[in-house]
Amino acid sequence: MILPPVTLTDTSTSNNMLRHHNKIGLITAAWLLSTSCFAAEVQVAVAANFAEPIKAIAVVLEKTTGHKLVVTLGATGKLYAQIKNGAPFDLLLSADKKTPELLEKEGLAQLGSRFTYATGKLVLWSADAKLVDAKGEVLKNGKFRKIAYATPKLAPYGAAAEQVIDTLGLTSVLTPKLVQGESIGQTFNFVQTGNAELGFVALSQVLEGGKLKNGSMWVIPQHLYVPIQQDAVVLQRAAGNPAAQALVKLLKSPNIKDLVHSYGYDI
Amino acid sequence: MFLSPSDLQAIGLTLRVAALTTLILLMLGTPLAWWLARSTSWLKKPIGAVLTLPLVLPPSVLGFYLLVLMGPQGLVGEWTLALGLGLLTFTFWGLVAGSVLYSLPFMVQPIQNAMEAMGTRPLEVAASLRASKLDTFFNVVLPLCKPGLVSGAIMSFAHTVGEFGVVLMVGGNIPGQTRTVAVQIYDHVEGLEYASAHRLAAVMLVFSFAALLALHIYNGHSRSSHNKHHQPKNA
Repeated sequence: MILPPVTLTDTSTSNNMLRHHNKIGLITAAWLLSTSCFAAEVQVAVAANFAEPIKAIAVVLEKTTGHKLVVTLGATGKLYAQIKNGAPFDLLLSADKKTPELLEKEGLAQLGSRFTYATGKLVLWSADAKLVDAKGEVLKNGKFRKIAYATPKLAPYGAAAEQVIDTLGLTSVLTPKLVQGESIGQTFNFVQTGNAELGFVALSQVLEGGKLKNGSMWVIPQHLYVPIQQDAVVLQRAAGNPAAQALVKLLKSPNIKDLVHSYGYDI
Repeated sequence: MFLSPSDLQAIGLTLRVAALTTLILLMLGTPLAWWLARSTSWLKKPIGAVLTLPLVLPPSVLGFYLLVLMGPQGLVGEWTLALGLGLLTFTFWGLVAGSVLYSLPFMVQPIQNAMEAMGTRPLEVAASLRASKLDTFFNVVLPLCKPGLVSGAIMSFAHTVGEFGVVLMVGGNIPGQTRTVAVQIYDHVEGLEYASAHRLAAVMLVFSFAALLALHIYNGHSRSSHNKHHQPKNA
């Protein structure tokens, strides 16, 4: 971005052009300052399954404290790689408990700052209202072209999906039909657009006001996969940032827990 | 082994996609370039602009449109379903279709330039010798425009090998089907497997350099031989 020159002292000249220039410069300087000084800001790396709740939480945070929440979405593994490479995040809302643990061990997160903000649920979902039955028999009869899941290496929901497929003994049947989303967000898009008839997504993605938005789903029984305990951790960069502290406090408050619960998470 | 089996599989797949794309583009791009070079229609400029769009559009825009268009509710998707081909998304052929669109300007522009540089003189000579239009096209125009065809082919091939965003959005990351080298490198990097990423990235770097070097050497040769042919004898 090219900014007009800022000359704050010399306004004595009668040259109109120059005076005009100064005004623009002052306004620009004021604008730049206003975004960096007045409202504290917290930058949060958020696992993609939590995309909807974090929007609502951002609104609450700004209303109650005036602090701004800046969100970066992605698969947990990708966010971890970004943090390791110095990405400027104050907080990580992970989709597992392993990643925050690792960040603490590596000294990238504040010691003892971990806490569980939600426990996620995996669903088998289709945009087609008739495709997925209440027992997930559709997986066995195989009447579909493609089935989507998130890349298991980087996305905990993808790893959970892999577990479910394995536990059901369907690995060899389903492997030729599997397509990978790079996060649970892309996975959801593949299914929403119908390019994959069905897929393993997060319950929070398909609920609205506690009800299924569209299509059909099977909420996968908990015994088929390890519970998706989602932990948050405060990163070193957050030290002394009031907005980060406010967000942590908010995430632990009963009101927000109710809100998170309404998206289908256990608390 | 320097590269893992999955890396080698990605390389093989990428080469197949790029080769097929280049072949299709040669057949599709040449008549298009000819029309653009010769036409006086008012449609020439808007169509020329449309064909150049893939050059400036973010791959995410192309990928998004392809995902919607090739999906079951999309225009192309309905069409391929009706033909019994199934959907193109997440398939090898879907990747080829996306690549054809994505690399189209890289094929059309060098050929169009060569055809415009040729001028109308060879066509007039051919006509005065009563050569048919088809005969003129294959035996006069194409040989004279060979440097443009070769440049277009090399650029399209290399550009398709380097394609990333579109593949990421419509590919679904299937080994041997849609997991190309660029996506494989991305996966390595995101998974913090830097050693594997380095090896494959080096392969891409060497390949891209070699392709461009070949292009420059070829252009240098064809230009100097072109000049030799056209030097007036008694200058």
